[in-house]
Amino acid sequence: MSSEKKLCLSGSGVTKVFGFGRNTTLAVDHVDFNFYEGEIISIVGESGSGKTTLAKMLLGLINPTEGEIYFQGEKRDISTHRKKKEYWKSIQAIFQDPFSSYNIFNKIDTVLLDCIRMRGGGKLPYEQKVEMMTEACSFVNLKFEELTNKYPFELSGGQQQRLMIARIFLLKPKILLADEPTSMIDACSRATILDMLMQLRDEIGMTPIFITHDIGLAYYVSDSVYIMERGKFVESGSADDVILHPKEPYTRRLISDVPKIYEEWDLSTV
Amino acid sequence: MSNVMLEVRELTTKYITRFRENIYAVDHVSLKVEEGKSLGIAGESGCGKSTLALSLMGYYFPPLHYTSGEIIIDGHNISGMNPDDVRRSILGTEIAYIPQAAMNALNPTQKIINFIEDVIEAHNPVATKKEIFDIAKGLFEALGLPVDVLQKYPVELSGGMKQRTVIAISVILSPQVLIADEPSSALDVTSQKMVIKMLRNLMDKGYIKAMIFITHELPLLYNVTDDIMVMYAGQIVEKASSKDAVFDPLHPYSKGLMGSIIVPESGLRNVKLTAIPGVPPNLKKPPSGCRFAARCKYVRPECKTLSIPLREVAGGRTYRCILSEEELRELYAWEARKKNE
Amino acid sequence: MKHTLQQVFHSGKFVTGFSIFVAILLIVIIYPLIITDPPLRIIGQGTFFEPGIYVNVYDSISSPHYTLNLDDAAAKRIASKLGEDDRIAIKDWLVAVGIPESEIDTTDTAKLLDQWVNNYDPATRISGMTNATRNYYIRLNNSLKGLLSTDGVSIAVANPETAVLEETSTIVQSDYVNVNQVANVRVLPLGTDNFGRDVLTELVEATRVSLQIGFVAGVIATLIGLTLGLLSGYVGGFVDDIIMFITNLFTVIPSFVLLILISFSIGQDRRGPVTIAIVIGFTSWVWTTRAVRSQVISLRNRDHVNLSKLSGHSLVHIIVTDIFPYIASYVVMALILQISSGILVEAGLSILGLGPRTTDVPTLGLMMNWAMIYQAHILGKWWAYFPVIVTIALIAFSMNLMNTGLDQVFNPALRD
Repeated sequence: MSSEKKLCLSGSGVTKVFGFGRNTTLAVDHVDFNFYEGEIISIVGESGSGKTTLAKMLLGLINPTEGEIYFQGEKRDISTHRKKKEYWKSIQAIFQDPFSSYNIFNKIDTVLLDCIRMRGGGKLPYEQKVEMMTEACSFVNLKFEELTNKYPFELSGGQQQRLMIARIFLLKPKILLADEPTSMIDACSRATILDMLMQLRDEIGMTPIFITHDIGLAYYVSDSVYIMERGKFVESGSADDVILHPKEPYTRRLISDVPKIYEEWDLSTV
Repeated sequence: MSNVMLEVRELTTKYITRFRENIYAVDHVSLKVEEGKSLGIAGESGCGKSTLALSLMGYYFPPLHYTSGEIIIDGHNISGMNPDDVRRSILGTEIAYIPQAAMNALNPTQKIINFIEDVIEAHNPVATKKEIFDIAKGLFEALGLPVDVLQKYPVELSGGMKQRTVIAISVILSPQVLIADEPSSALDVTSQKMVIKMLRNLMDKGYIKAMIFITHELPLLYNVTDDIMVMYAGQIVEKASSKDAVFDPLHPYSKGLMGSIIVPESGLRNVKLTAIPGVPPNLKKPPSGCRFAARCKYVRPECKTLSIPLREVAGGRTYRCILSEEELRELYAWEARKKNE
Repeated sequence: MKHTLQQVFHSGKFVTGFSIFVAILLIVIIYPLIITDPPLRIIGQGTFFEPGIYVNVYDSISSPHYTLNLDDAAAKRIASKLGEDDRIAIKDWLVAVGIPESEIDTTDTAKLLDQWVNNYDPATRISGMTNATRNYYIRLNNSLKGLLSTDGVSIAVANPETAVLEETSTIVQSDYVNVNQVANVRVLPLGTDNFGRDVLTELVEATRVSLQIGFVAGVIATLIGLTLGLLSGYVGGFVDDIIMFITNLFTVIPSFVLLILISFSIGQDRRGPVTIAIVIGFTSWVWTTRAVRSQVISLRNRDHVNLSKLSGHSLVHIIVTDIFPYIASYVVMALILQISSGILVEAGLSILGLGPRTTDVPTLGLMMNWAMIYQAHILGKWWAYFPVIVTIALIAFSMNLMNTGLDQVFNPALRD
């Protein structure tokens, strides 16, 4: 079984240190990971655990201080702008706060046209671009005719996050890093967003990586879960193993601190 | 028959925008909280939860304006009172309020004990520093907070500790009713649990007699409050005991909300979540008829024209829908069967 | 964009500031179209003519004369000649010769003169009176005699052949000319300055030049500040270190001292207004750099910048489309302040005599400098400097108002 699984992203000894001299902060501390194609992965950690730093390193937005990241089994090379651009065709992201994810001076069309251009469709006739944008928007239940020439801030948070998914739909990356994609939106829009992400995964066969503090969400969506504490992975494995039968005290505490509805929520442990 | 600590009758409040438009963010809301009970208020953002909290306290500073209805706190009718008077005479002693960002409201140049001195001296000018310290120490010990916090500055405390300290300060004048508006949303799960434990402690030990807890996180609400009231577009759409509200919701909106709960418990992995399409209506021009009609799966033509009153059903529950309890249950059962197939 | 502009023009402060500024600009543009005199032409012989309407005397004589019989003409004429000191001296005399003080009213010219004529006798000796005072009274009496005469004035022209004065016309006291019919009338609303130049015309030109200096200085400072700030903030690392080193260097050297040294070393001959503007611009970019840098640092970690990177945009593209628009409003505000401070700095330099050389163009600072050198403030010639101060204050005030207005629109936390 494991021989069939193809590595899509892996790392060994990945470390990030911020600052110089005595004022250094070890944000990510020698983490190793193997993410396989087709799996849904969650990296769970509280604020300050280094999960966002790790995500940025995976995206190639910042360089690791130490360690190597391998993309599809080969050492990742993003030393030039051209190579970075090539890498970013394979890996894309959705960020936590939809309101700060858009350039408020650009129209929605600009956001989507950028994606088409990145996929090499910059020279296509305009009608065809509109067709592609319409398709992407209808995938996330938005109407392109209503959105064209509008600005992102005219949409609700849920709609903006759906537009982000439409963007991913156009880009069709191999890996999608979703950094807290639902933490800023209402609970009932959350279901919509997650549904769409899962649907998109089936549609374009990408590997989603969720970065989240919400252990419930991690359990709900993912196949493998990585628990991160102070820059290190303290526990990892399949979702059922990690969440239902946690071994590490930190994981246990994290899970016991989340309010439950079917089981008794034990308040005496804090 | 236990005492009613807080009663609200047909309260309506509005925001007046810069363009002189009226937005009725709280629309004919009635509620009652009895001694020793806690009430949770749930709903999407923008449905009027926080406005209701401000309205309950008589906190009518522009752009928020009182329109009609009555607010009775422990026998005092405060509706229509000057907000400055309310702040002086009611806030702190009758009713306490903890907003989400309460912990950021502490002046960083003052020690915690100074805040407590300020609060007590405002109501009891003859109290000595020693007396005040003893009161504060007693309260902190009872609530399980370290006493040395009193001599610290806010920056020396973690977010969770700050929030708990603020809650402790807000109940030092033993208010009857505590209103907590998302008191733990900005905190990590461990601090959140401590805050919740402390709130439960306050209720159990009788520091407060009733609590209103506002959050959009339903698992939290379920674990904290006795009753849950679901708001939608400024109106109450359902009110029931926490258990009923979470496991047996009647209103289609509540049903949708409860269907989107995610908790890390066995058997809940990859269960299909229910999503409510669309967005809440614009309260500048609320739709006639049922306000949820545009997003409701079970909508009928008459929903959009008839104005729907709150129905009272067995078990002290109320909900606002044109369909009867039986009709709704039948629909939900049919839905569940279809999903399983 | 349109919405933002709408909001900007709803802000009372901005609109007030903007109106004042536009009014100043319009005056600067329109005034030279109407008064086409060269602004620095010396028209007055002598210094500091008072503001007023100057009517050519020669032309008045040859203009048609009209007779107007006005009752109070004589009284007014006397009143304008008879100063306050003279009246008090007359009163003193009258009291000394025994007129009760209650009967003397120094404001009633006719009665006072009547009492004077009846009681004055140069032969009367009043004890304790010095000879000088006595002579003064004699002079006063003679001049009053002239005033009281009802004769006209003869205009005589010397005959070129006989060198004999020949009377050509007589001007009686009730003769008037219509100012409109006098060929040469010059209105000097603000008088003339120490060189005899029309202050108003000069002031308008000076305002224009000062605005230009401020604008050039402001644009240069803002451009340098913006470029360095964007680079330093966005690129970070080594580039940031170098730029911040230079910026800190310029921060600790007081820029005004630097300005004085540079102006001085350029030398009087090469110091034109443009040079001064450039010098001011190159010494005042520091705080724009720091402000822009801090704004950019907080922006560069925003998700939309990350997303733009992930979309494969180049550094320049990200700076221009994802960073700059967010700080554009801020930069406009900085520019306005830089322009206003450029004008003030020029004034400061010029007062010290380090402004543009003085022969070509006036600037607001130079006008102050001239007024100061020729002691207008000591001599009480307010029109030479006070309007300049008001103009500088108005420009600075209008620009600061616009800035505050913009700040309130772009920074909702400041709205009231």
